[in-house]
Amino acid sequence: MNIAVCVNHVPDTASKIKLDSSNTSIDYTGVSWILNPFDEFAIEEALRFKDNSSGTVVYILSAGKDEAKETIRRALSMGADEGILIKNDLALDSLSISELLAMQIKELNCEVVFCGKQSVDYDNTSIGLMIAEIIDYNAISDCVTLSIEGSTVKAEREIEGGREIIETSLPLVVTAQKGLNVPRYASLKGIIAAKKKNIKEVTLTSSTSTVKYNSLSIPNAKNPGRVLGSDSGAVRELVRLLREEAKVL
Amino acid sequence: MIRKLLVVLEQRDSRIKKTSFEVCSIAAKFAAKNKVEVVAIAIGDEITNLSAVSDYGISSIIHVKHAGLALYSSSAYKKIILNYINKNAIDYILLTNTAFGRDIAPRIAARLRFGLLSDCISLEITPTGFKAARPIYSGKAIQEIETIGNKGIATIRANVFPAAIQSVSANIMVQKPELIDLSNRTVEIIKSDGKIDVSEADIIISGGRGMKGPENFHLIEDVAAILGGALGASRAAVDAGWRSHSEQIGQTGKTVSPSLYIACGISGSVQHLAGMSTSKYIVAINKDKDAPIFSVADYGITGDLFEILPVLTDEIKKLNNRF
Ligand SMILES: Cc1cc2nc3c(=O)[nH]c(=O)nc-3n(C[C@H](O)[C@H](O)[C@H](O)COP(=O)(O)OP(=O)(O)OC[C@H]3O[C@@H](n4cnc5c(N)ncnc54)[C@H](O)[C@@H]3O)c2cc1C
Ligand SMILES: Nc1ncnc2c1ncn2[C@@H]1O[C@H](COP(=O)(O)O)[C@@H](O)[C@H]1O
Repeated sequence: MNIAVCVNHVPDTASKIKLDSSNTSIDYTGVSWILNPFDEFAIEEALRFKDNSSGTVVYILSAGKDEAKETIRRALSMGADEGILIKNDLALDSLSISELLAMQIKELNCEVVFCGKQSVDYDNTSIGLMIAEIIDYNAISDCVTLSIEGSTVKAEREIEGGREIIETSLPLVVTAQKGLNVPRYASLKGIIAAKKKNIKEVTLTSSTSTVKYNSLSIPNAKNPGRVLGSDSGAVRELVRLLREEAKVL
Repeated sequence: MIRKLLVVLEQRDSRIKKTSFEVCSIAAKFAAKNKVEVVAIAIGDEITNLSAVSDYGISSIIHVKHAGLALYSSSAYKKIILNYINKNAIDYILLTNTAFGRDIAPRIAARLRFGLLSDCISLEITPTGFKAARPIYSGKAIQEIETIGNKGIATIRANVFPAAIQSVSANIMVQKPELIDLSNRTVEIIKSDGKIDVSEADIIISGGRGMKGPENFHLIEDVAAILGGALGASRAAVDAGWRSHSEQIGQTGKTVSPSLYIACGISGSVQHLAGMSTSKYIVAINKDKDAPIFSVADYGITGDLFEILPVLTDEIKKLNNRF
């Protein structure tokens, strides 16, 4: 079986965010880039499949600039088989990116697709589900346990106050939530092997955008709050303020 | 031509969730100001509080009712909603940014090619669609965004918009679904033991590594219990195995926006702030006066939580007795 894992190359969440002069993008100088943290769970789940069934090929797909190859290589070093970069320099909307990924998934004939539940750049939480609709696959979002036997799928997804147990069938897109598994580290052998692997580049075009990004702003820094004291002597004043000023008690 | 807006309501355990009423309120405002026609749709079996939708300014309510639809089924719900949208030429769709809204909205957006704006913290309707602001980069930036092409779908962050009472008459139309495609369905919900979930709570009190161990969390549980709030945790507390991941707040946990958030022994890393910085009031209890949590806190105590928390419980008890 062929499996696709979609991975995104994103600014490290610890990076300081500044805007560029146009206020439409962040200033990327000094920003370090990482594999989107949720995509690590997606990769791990695909690799577990491969470990347990011979003949599984795991493809890593990313739509982005040349730099995204670093992230693809990181996924290859964990043990994935082949990497494909869908070249794209534009800031496309989620639906357009989903279309590009969907085309490639069709082309590679992948029956199972793993995504992260969310990219930590624009936090859209949509691409996996959009891909599923475009290629008419079943989909489970925010997945925390998954079992596939034959074409029968049982899974759990996280919801407010609990979990839903879901039954469906292949073909399938899964978006990974933390808790699905514990991602492996790349082995030294994996890192060396990944260096030698060729990452294929493809150029595809999507239809027109449905969303326009206007501008960015940095949220106003809050006025520094009041420090009420350094021991339990301050608690009475805290409770008074919460009731009388904030009116939350 | 009058434009049409559909609110997709979320029900759980046969009740419309509070967060859906927030969406109703926004829609009612649009109806008054922008002259759009608003209809709310609920899918499920019995729904006991459906008429409450009209307390939030919406009178047209459609209930697609069937025993097989009591639990969420992405395949069935999706087809029912798409069917309704196509038949009624809907222009705008609104839902909550909950596990339900996050699952169904992208599916509908992709099928109809409606622009999707997710997790909005401000929203306007325009002749061409929606215009919104939404936090990105873990809340470190705000993105101004709009839909293109006349149609739009938006999901709203919970607890940001007020659910304002504005009673109108309720006109509930019960319909049978034309088809029920259960190829992707929830067969059961496992609830986490009766506690209030952080994503639904109006007051949250969270503990981090400063709690020192799982045995000390009763200090937080006590405060949560008398405030009727929920217990949250930082990733450090979850990774150490002290608390369950369902309580984790932050980038890889839940995003919350309660009226009051009390952080105890939490330093305030960017990833933690990503999940809670839009809370209305933030209190920090931390013995390190330089901890970044103080930069977002409205009120802070720079001391030892083991000394402070028991006193906090007592003071709130006293307050409750007085009023
Ligand atoms: C990709 C990624 C995703 C992440 N996602 C999340 C997430 O979702 N949520 C999250 O929380 N973190 C997340 N993190 C982790 C984050 O970076 C921090 O490591 C974490 O938030 C720290 O937790 P903490 O504040 O409890 O611990 P610490 O940073 O160790 O802080 C403990 C605090 O307790 C105080 N303290 C100690 N003893 C006492 C005492 N007796 N009284 C009062 N104060 C005391 C200390 O002064 C200190 O400030 C993520 C990290 C990464 C890289
Ligand atoms: N440019 C991209 N290339 C490949 N996969 C992506 C890209 N952007 C997002 N994804 C995938 O979609 C998931 C959800 O992203 P998003 O909907 O943008 O929050 C991510 O975790 C990735 O698995």
